Amino acid sequence: MSFKRHWLALLLLLLGFSVQAESVKEGQLAPALNLPLLGARADESMSLEALRGKVVYLDFWASWCGPCRLSFPQLEALRQELGPRGFEVLAVNVDEFEDDALAFLDAIPVTYPVVRDADADSPARYGILGMPTGFLLDREGVVKRVHQGYRRSDGEKLRKEIVQLLESTE
Amino acid sequence: MMKLLSLLVLALMLGGCETVAPWERGTLAKPEMQWQTDTMEARLKGQLYNSKEAASGGGGAAGGGCGCN
Repeated sequence: MSFKRHWLALLLLLLGFSVQAESVKEGQLAPALNLPLLGARADESMSLEALRGKVVYLDFWASWCGPCRLSFPQLEALRQELGPRGFEVLAVNVDEFEDDALAFLDAIPVTYPVVRDADADSPARYGILGMPTGFLLDREGVVKRVHQGYRRSDGEKLRKEIVQLLESTE
Repeated sequence: MMKLLSLLVLALMLGGCETVAPWERGTLAKPEMQWQTDTMEARLKGQLYNSKEAASGGGGAAGGGCGCN
């Protein structure tokens, strides 16, 4: 009887838990990523490996995420300014419907590559805990900083970090 | 027997609990899913309520479903 009770208690505990992927942390090599581009060029894909040698800001976003409306123009400005020195942004869209993402990009256009993860497999593998989450990678693809959420003042901080990374490997 | 049955029912109900991942909150972030339809009006009402009550806070959790603040 006692055994049965323990077994039931264990079952209850197990049902209450769900599996949570381990988050990618600073100092780790960013997990591989190869996804189709969003929109008209969906037959082309973009991989993180293709950007090796550049300082990359890997940005997980969705159209319904409020702070993403702040981050996109700032990231675009950073990319325009620091792109020639070897900085690139790779945005991963995790919207349920592609049209929502396209409408967002119509309102806030960007020139950096935006890929789409329709299966939302990559945010799970990266273990992101909020939207948006950005991973700043050095030229070797190692995660140097994890940014969760986005505030207006984050742009300047991010710029400093990017410049520091660019300068240390120039 | 009754205890066992109730435990089993409880276990089944627990199976209905689901964690919504941060990237799956698109539907939760829709305007029709919010507690209040007009944020400004809700804030104004909150201001009045807090002044009448002489206490504030406890009105809810932070964030709009995006899990970012």
